[in-house]
Amino acid sequence: MDKFLQLTLTGLTSGAVYALVALGFVLIYKSSDVINFAQGEFLLIGAYLAYFFLGQLGVHWSIGVILTLILAAAMGVVIERLVLRPLIGEPIISVIMVTIGLASLLKAIVGGIWGTNPQIFPAFIPKQEVHIVNAVVTADKLWAIVIALIFLVIFTLFFRYNKEGVAMRAVADDQQAALSVGISVQKIFAWAWSIAAITAAVAGIIVANVLEVSPNLSGVGLHVFPVVILGGLDSIPGALIGAAIIGLLEAYAGGYVGDGSLAQVISYIVLVIILMIRPYGLFGKEIIERV
Amino acid sequence: MECGIFHSTYEKDMALRHTPIEKARLALVILFLLIFPFVADNYWLNLANTIGVVAIGAIGLNILTGFTGQISLGQGAFLAVGAYVAALMSIHWGAPMWLTIPSGAIATALIGAIFGIPSLRLKGLYLAIATLAAQEIIIWVITHWDAVTGGVDALNTKNYLWFGGENHYFSEFQFYWIIMGLAVVVTLLTVNIFRTRIGRAFIAIRDQDIAAEVMGIDLFRYKMLAFATSSFFVGIAGALIAHWRQIVTWERFTIEVSIFYLAVIIIGGLGSVSGSIYGAIFMVMLPAILNNIGKALSGVIPTMDILIPFVQQAVFGLVIILFLVFEPEGIAKMWKNIRDYFRLWPFSY
Repeated sequence: MDKFLQLTLTGLTSGAVYALVALGFVLIYKSSDVINFAQGEFLLIGAYLAYFFLGQLGVHWSIGVILTLILAAAMGVVIERLVLRPLIGEPIISVIMVTIGLASLLKAIVGGIWGTNPQIFPAFIPKQEVHIVNAVVTADKLWAIVIALIFLVIFTLFFRYNKEGVAMRAVADDQQAALSVGISVQKIFAWAWSIAAITAAVAGIIVANVLEVSPNLSGVGLHVFPVVILGGLDSIPGALIGAAIIGLLEAYAGGYVGDGSLAQVISYIVLVIILMIRPYGLFGKEIIERV
Repeated sequence: MECGIFHSTYEKDMALRHTPIEKARLALVILFLLIFPFVADNYWLNLANTIGVVAIGAIGLNILTGFTGQISLGQGAFLAVGAYVAALMSIHWGAPMWLTIPSGAIATALIGAIFGIPSLRLKGLYLAIATLAAQEIIIWVITHWDAVTGGVDALNTKNYLWFGGENHYFSEFQFYWIIMGLAVVVTLLTVNIFRTRIGRAFIAIRDQDIAAEVMGIDLFRYKMLAFATSSFFVGIAGALIAHWRQIVTWERFTIEVSIFYLAVIIIGGLGSVSGSIYGAIFMVMLPAILNNIGKALSGVIPTMDILIPFVQQAVFGLVIILFLVFEPEGIAKMWKNIRDYFRLWPFSY
């Protein structure tokens, strides 16, 4: 039972990180139909920017985090303007490849500036141990879960009550109709990319705080695919629930099955099964094209 | 279709090369390929062999992605299947190369067809993600099936000429002829596939799958066939890697390799056989040239040695982005534009 609780907490923690990365992913897909393979690299940039401000410049964490998020948002806007906008209307493989190229470029920039060695992050989220029944967990992991939940609430409210949020939903639904009622689709795309970059940066800061800063962090990007497919590519609650399920599955597969190596592929096996039986995921809109 | 050229017979219309200039150009390329190995040193031969292997794999991927429109992110894993089958056959059974390479190709074709099954229900983006899963699952199986694949350890491929023969040492020069020979065969086969019903069916599926089905193309059969044909050539490339490098490890077949091959065909030109070859030349030469520039600069900038891999990676990403933004049809289209310009010069209208 202790082990179960411990694994559950571990799974939920990684689920929280997946959820934050997946939120940005879903947001971009929802508004612009673009699959962003560089989402993991956004996380990487966020983590390294925070490391730069907090670890190398030594500014106070609140200022450092705000600066990181501002820069991440700016990066999102610039990328949307320079890279994605020329590709509107191009076939899907072009859009996939351009974000893959972007991923490679961002990774190289991080590697060129900060090197490939892992760096210790000046953790500012408290790390003291917390006892929950019989399981022990560090406080920063609980914070990760709390932050993911906060973001879910913010996003839900944003899409329901904020003008930009409603506009985003309109663009996602029908771009031409949105244009005809006076919504600037270009502005919405810029919003989507900057918010996606911000959520990824938040995830990056959390991961950096829990683990360390290293180029391997971008691997989270690929783990997000099972999450978003399971939850439904265009569903925000789906991203969160999918993230929790995938995080838990990985934790249980690692803890209970054999030598634990199954944890590396369990999410991809789930992904294939989901794609075969329910490609639009648990909460996605059932409009997927069948052949 | 080039303007100013008229065909009066069906045979002439179906010919691959129409003008005397095209034929002369082909003759020049063949001449170059024949003379090159006698004047080049080992460094250049190695590069040429790399280009040959990449070209074979890229042609295979282009059949699937460029011509049939099925995006695959599982190229690396399919290469791995070909390489591991060839390596294991040579190690355990002492099988000669002329047997291991086709076997690797056939095994890869089978695995490819199996992973093509999702393509019946999934298109575009979803298929790309499904093949991404195939990539991760195949590599996981290779690294964890210790009894057969040796797990994470490297395999040392043996190059036999005959059953029970001795492990033969091939120089880069000798491999040049094997690789280039196969590359030429694969190119000719592929070019001709697209002059048959099968090839045209592939293109019809890419352009409009529902219309293709209405015209009487069995989508299931032809999609499987596209996956199998494509994987067959990819398997040849994988088996060649196994015999040429003689060391097979899973690290050579990661998702980065899949991305590399996609980049090759995008930069070369989707849906173009010659484009796959141009892309292969470009993407193999680019890091080599950057490496040489970096080494030349290392006297000026002391940290250049450390930076080279990052510069290569950054340029790799940048080249993909720039091509997609400015010339989505790749080098093949650029080359065609140049040709057309000069062919019709000075009245290019």
